[in-house]
Amino acid sequence: MIEQIDISMVNWARATFALTAMYHWIFVPLTLGLSFLCAFFESIYVRTGNEQWKKLTKFWMTLFGINFAIGVATGIILEFEFGTNWSNYSWMVGDIFGAPLAIEGILAFFLEATFFAVMFFGWNRVSKKFHLFSTWMVAIGSNLSALWILVANGWMQNPVGMKFNPDTARFEMQDLWSVISSPVAIGHFVHATSSGFLLASLFVVGISSWYLLKKRHIQFAKRSIAVACIFGLLSSVFVAFSGDEHAYITASTQPMKLAAMEALYDGQTSAGLVAFGIPNPSKEPGDDQDAFALKVEVPGVLSILATRSMDGFVPGINDLVYGNAEQNVVGVDEKIRRGKIAIEKLAEYKGAKKAGNEGVATVALAGFDQHRDFLGYGFLNSSEEAVPPVSLTFYAFRIMVALGTFFILLFLVYIYLLRKDQLEEKPLILKLGFISLFLSWIASQAGWVVSEVGRQPCAIQDMLPVTVARSNLDSGSVAVTFFLFLILFTALLIAELKIMTKQISIGPEGE
Amino acid sequence: MIGSLDWSTLQQLWWLIVSVVGALFVFLTFVQGGQTLLLTLPENENEKNLMVNSLGRKWELTFTTLVLFGGAFYASFPLFYATSFGGAYWVWLAILFTFIIQAVSFEYRRKPNNFLGQKTYDIFLFINGSVGILLIGAAVGTFFSGSNFTLNDYNLVKWLHPLRGLEAAFSLFNLSFGLFLVFLARTLGALYLANNLEHASLVDRLKKSAFNNLLCLLPFLLYVLISLVLMDGYALDPATGSVVVEGSKYLNNLLQMPLNLILLLAGLVLVVLGVAMNRFTASVRGIWPAGLGTVLTCLAVFFLAGYNNTSFYPSKADVASSLTIYNASSSHYTLTMMSYVALTVPFVLAYIAYVWRQMDSKKLTVEEVTADGKSY
Repeated sequence: MIEQIDISMVNWARATFALTAMYHWIFVPLTLGLSFLCAFFESIYVRTGNEQWKKLTKFWMTLFGINFAIGVATGIILEFEFGTNWSNYSWMVGDIFGAPLAIEGILAFFLEATFFAVMFFGWNRVSKKFHLFSTWMVAIGSNLSALWILVANGWMQNPVGMKFNPDTARFEMQDLWSVISSPVAIGHFVHATSSGFLLASLFVVGISSWYLLKKRHIQFAKRSIAVACIFGLLSSVFVAFSGDEHAYITASTQPMKLAAMEALYDGQTSAGLVAFGIPNPSKEPGDDQDAFALKVEVPGVLSILATRSMDGFVPGINDLVYGNAEQNVVGVDEKIRRGKIAIEKLAEYKGAKKAGNEGVATVALAGFDQHRDFLGYGFLNSSEEAVPPVSLTFYAFRIMVALGTFFILLFLVYIYLLRKDQLEEKPLILKLGFISLFLSWIASQAGWVVSEVGRQPCAIQDMLPVTVARSNLDSGSVAVTFFLFLILFTALLIAELKIMTKQISIGPEGE
Repeated sequence: MIGSLDWSTLQQLWWLIVSVVGALFVFLTFVQGGQTLLLTLPENENEKNLMVNSLGRKWELTFTTLVLFGGAFYASFPLFYATSFGGAYWVWLAILFTFIIQAVSFEYRRKPNNFLGQKTYDIFLFINGSVGILLIGAAVGTFFSGSNFTLNDYNLVKWLHPLRGLEAAFSLFNLSFGLFLVFLARTLGALYLANNLEHASLVDRLKKSAFNNLLCLLPFLLYVLISLVLMDGYALDPATGSVVVEGSKYLNNLLQMPLNLILLLAGLVLVVLGVAMNRFTASVRGIWPAGLGTVLTCLAVFFLAGYNNTSFYPSKADVASSLTIYNASSSHYTLTMMSYVALTVPFVLAYIAYVWRQMDSKKLTVEEVTADGKSY
């Protein structure tokens, strides 16, 4: 099936995808949230007729537009990169994965693209109400596009509604509804979009706090903070609840990811959640070393998180790699054995079909069917390959959760001080609000690190490892592409930041 | 009703849908064509900004249609997506690069403190309009001239040419196809701007430019058409399912699908009519017949490539690896589901048309662009 695996090419392709996705995710969450905030601001303007709200709306729209352009630029690459760098993937799962991408184009992108022009250039060309409608359409369109791409990503994390077809050598969709309504997909959508709302709220709070610190645009800043804090607080509560639900689902669909998030090597009942810890970097699956150099654990909480029971068993990396008969956990080594049989039987089936030997083909197919669920594991060379980078996943998870908790507190403090009209007198809080603007991006990126690094080495969970999913390219070509993207995206990011900071320094009165 | 359609009908339906999206994209490349006109046509900065702002209100539609074209191909013919993007790697990446730099250029070009300077962003727009469209044309040209790839028993692609797709630009046929698209885009760009702007002398120059660009595209169009009529093609034998080389395949297709021939000729006549309307009468509405003509012409080209048992992505290296709408498509179930989704397309087109009408009911003027703090 796969003649030879160039691991260096695979790693460059991974790096390129990670680079593109991380750059894209700098801009996307701001688009998701700021589009709604602009819609809120403009709704208040249309309701009150107060021109100050119009000025405020136009200021945040300017920043939205600057960010939107570069988000579009990095987004197109992601779609086509599935074809260029992961062409085997595109064929093997295109029957399922292509559908949400096409639906995204039809149902979401055109909403954004069409109404974007009205939002920016329609102030004097269409009625006030139609303009407001357009702003809402941009917000809805942006978030609908997130829905479809996160459905696609959710399916990669938990492939459902499909079956492998040995004749075409690909996975084929059998139930679109189960792909769309998969709890993992919905969980991803809710968690990622609400984190975008949270980030955009902190963006507004951060810049407005800077104005208050500089004693500029006071009224403007307070109004912006008031709306953004309410939106941000509600979003952060959503983020917390959806995150908890997401972790619960991960425990059953991607137990290895959860084990890596917790650096849990040996499974436990009444497992504790590590509130703070330093994992031992030299620890390997199966060895006798301690998993942690230092840790502070909250007893039983991980079991509750993963099983909704204090006594629930949470499998560790060693259980998942080597199996745990007592707890009914099938190890990766057994899955690899069965996966290799599936590959062998598939080759036998294809060969027999080509030779017109139906009898042999039928027997081979029956053998393949017994082991088909482990096909992806057959491409791994050792059980330990199935373990994602533990430390990176562990730290990223903690950074995300700690910052998320801090943001809830920050919004509560801001709302309290705003109600008491004391916000301007608290420069320390305002500085914290300003710094949180940057922290929100760290939390957001950390979330994706958990999600994507934690499922390595799978492109499709359990079904397709990245070594098979890649294109038949030499590593030099992909490495060149990586650096070209790095240079181009960095140049565009610098341009974006310079333009944005200039617009912020000009402020709303420059409108 | 859709649920009862058989697989081959759905495959043909989806070739039609992809063709419509592709044809609409080519029409919308008036944006790219207009971008290349910025270099020579405006006589001062005000005129240039006027043109940029007119194009800048439509660039996202073109961009989104390209993204949808990719998405629709992925959903309906994933083997093409995997084979072409994974194989012809460099040509697609080069095209994508030109669209990345376009996406930021309108918004950033005149913003203060924009790091790269207005000139750089204007050059980006030119590169997108010229190199980007030329390479798209060259890539589409391979639908007829073929590429060098093989597929193994598991349908995984191996590209045999070291230039990984860029070799397409060194074929006279593909290059002519690309240059035809570049000059067509410039023609459409001039027609669109003439209809959208209120600026007598600039509009006059745009009308002349549309005519001149039509003259420029004619030799390339003629070369493409004559080559198509004379060249061998790759035909699917429905009885065996194998692909074989057939002499004058595309001429045969035109003769065996007379409606397609009518579509092609009607399309070309409408393009000429649109340009002539602008050039020889006081009308500035030539974009509409020319736009319709472009859509019909492109539909005819796509139909020529994919229908009548033709391989739409032939392999010169291994004829058996050639892609047809039957062996490259998604499953029956996926095509059925996607066909239900496609029922929303008329609704999408309707709101695009409504918003377009709302925004373009008044022509764009230098005064409006100058007064708007958000103008590009």
